[in-house]
Amino acid sequence: MGLRVLAAMSGGVDSAVAAARIAEAGHDVTGVHLALSANPRSHRTGARGCCTIEDSRDARRAADVIGIPFYIWDMAERFQRDVVEDFVAEYAAGRTPNPCLRCNEKIKFAAVLDRALALGFDAVATGHHARLVDGVLSRSVDHGKDQSYVLGVLTREQLRHAIFPLGDSTKAEVRAEAARRGLTVADKPDSHDICFIADGDTRGFLAERLGSAEGRIVDESGEVVGAHQGAHGFTVGQRKGLRIDRPAADGRPRYVLSIEPVSNTVTVGPRSALEVTSITCGPPVWNGPAPSGDLTVQLRAHGEVYGCRFEESGGELRIELDRPATGVAPGQAAVLYSGPTVIGSATISRAA
Amino acid sequence: MLPEAIEAMTEQLGRVGNASSLHAAGRRVRRVVEEARETIADALGARPSEVVFTSGGTEADNLAVKGLYWARGPRKRILLSSVEHHAALDPAHWLADSQGARVELLDVDESGRLHPDTLRAAIADDPDSVAMVSVMWANNEVGTIQPVHVLAAVAHDHGIPFHTDAVQAVGQLPVSFADSGADALTLSGHKIGGPMGVGALLLARGLTPVSVQHGGGQERDVRSGTLDAPAIAGFATAVRIAVKKQEEHRRRLTELRDELIERVRQAVPGVVLNGDPRHRLPGNAHFSFPGCEGDALLMLLDAKGVECSTGSACSAGVAQPSHVLLAMGAEAASARGSLRFTLGHTSTGDDIDRLIEVLPAAVERARRAGLT
Repeated sequence: MGLRVLAAMSGGVDSAVAAARIAEAGHDVTGVHLALSANPRSHRTGARGCCTIEDSRDARRAADVIGIPFYIWDMAERFQRDVVEDFVAEYAAGRTPNPCLRCNEKIKFAAVLDRALALGFDAVATGHHARLVDGVLSRSVDHGKDQSYVLGVLTREQLRHAIFPLGDSTKAEVRAEAARRGLTVADKPDSHDICFIADGDTRGFLAERLGSAEGRIVDESGEVVGAHQGAHGFTVGQRKGLRIDRPAADGRPRYVLSIEPVSNTVTVGPRSALEVTSITCGPPVWNGPAPSGDLTVQLRAHGEVYGCRFEESGGELRIELDRPATGVAPGQAAVLYSGPTVIGSATISRAA
Repeated sequence: MLPEAIEAMTEQLGRVGNASSLHAAGRRVRRVVEEARETIADALGARPSEVVFTSGGTEADNLAVKGLYWARGPRKRILLSSVEHHAALDPAHWLADSQGARVELLDVDESGRLHPDTLRAAIADDPDSVAMVSVMWANNEVGTIQPVHVLAAVAHDHGIPFHTDAVQAVGQLPVSFADSGADALTLSGHKIGGPMGVGALLLARGLTPVSVQHGGGQERDVRSGTLDAPAIAGFATAVRIAVKKQEEHRRRLTELRDELIERVRQAVPGVVLNGDPRHRLPGNAHFSFPGCEGDALLMLLDAKGVECSTGSACSAGVAQPSHVLLAMGAEAASARGSLRFTLGHTSTGDDIDRLIEVLPAAVERARRAGLT
């Protein structure tokens, strides 16, 4: 017998095929659906979410077809605390969090992994599109679907107990394989957006929790150009929804340059002012091999990659890009790659 | 399913005919249905006309609770024990939410037993406003047997109809509809080795609940729908055999269960037996394992080939603390750390050996994983 593996099954096509592959490889697999919402909705609406009863049924159906035991673990409290409340608190502090990344870091490969290890499992498998060979994380062969960025925060110890069976396949191959295996989730739409914001209205979600407080929108010179109902409604790099009725002097569109939560001030300016080449991050997590060759950094999920140099000092990581990036928001992760291989990550604190 | 029940059912599957039809084929099927009705009545101390076939226990409970409430208007109070099955609780709560009923859940003691004085006092508050009383014969989770005969008599002192869900009791305990004094009694096919999807409400003559589903009025004008003659034939066969073998079955299971309880107590210090130690279903052993989550323990035991159950699951399948254990005064945490072992026809001493072999390590491991 191989390893005892817990397969996290969301009810989607990726995690179903991932579970099927490791079961077929001879491991002793148990499917677990993570119930993340205390009040699950009964049906999916479109491509959103992994918190519905329908999803848990889809996961169970897939487990039955694969022929593995299936359980539901209630992780709603941990998810609420470590992901949802963290998300709200980060916005309140003027940063831009990535909740999927936080969920991997705090739920799937922490709360779930710890419990799995305590119960005698050897590893947790998920349907993420990323490769993991001998504990070294690298990009999926499907660059369009690659999810190594949202896994880049995991420590070596977390990666040691992770299995990502889909990294060598494209999404199209995964869907075709699901159909071949008789997994009825083969045609289910991809999930995207934030699973706990069912209607996709992030600003409304935040306003409901953080309230509204009128604040100023100023330009780079400090001149007041507009008003807003709460700085948490903005993200660095945002262009739409600023509701400034006066055009800029030069007539060019304005973007959010920075958010200052204490004074509740949003600073806007031209696109050129968004461009940064120096990024400062908090303490890095080194989870891959030593840096070598061409180094690149990715600054948001499915974002561009930039050639870079970096140095670590005084608990900070400083990254110099070889060309300017725009919309670099504090709170996002900077994931460092050597070729396709993840070498480490850190949380962006400021950029210039 | 019992082989005899399978045979009785499959024999009918190949036959055409609707028991409500007047032609020869219909008459033949009607004979099968009526003989099944007589068999069930005979086995359970009822008259044939008191057997109303339904699609199972849930439908029978719904018909009893809703139908008697509606028939007894304008009375608004429904009295239930707080440990009823959801098939009785939820219709009552629905009546409260949508039709102005007042549901009173009667306290049970820490073994899950409803005391007749509790029912007497609840009725005495205002006897004329009580529409019906429903108390299960034996609890499906912790196995506690209720003093149904006494409770029915208390209700009858005030002319109030009394329903009992006896789904767990038939085949495990002596059940006589006439002797129990109940006005309505629920039973289900699949719990006694019959097919799924068929059951009955035994309904005293002269008592006419308002229908839940309307149509052809096939069953005493109380329940409509073409009868499932093959399932009914299998059901009746299962009832006949289960009742005939009940005493022997009970003696065997009681002995086996007492052994299981004793050995679990030795193997896992600190384990708590839930329910009444003596007045309980013969095949039921229900424990709380302090410091464990029931779900984790269930998974570990299942992986070792031991099958058991936690309490109830909500619609998303997330384990909720059992309302039965909470009603018995358990803390939410200990309610979540509970498991039921059910013994049946196929259970043997070897099953207990196997359980005792794997249980201590599983408990140890589940304790380490802790309560999430």
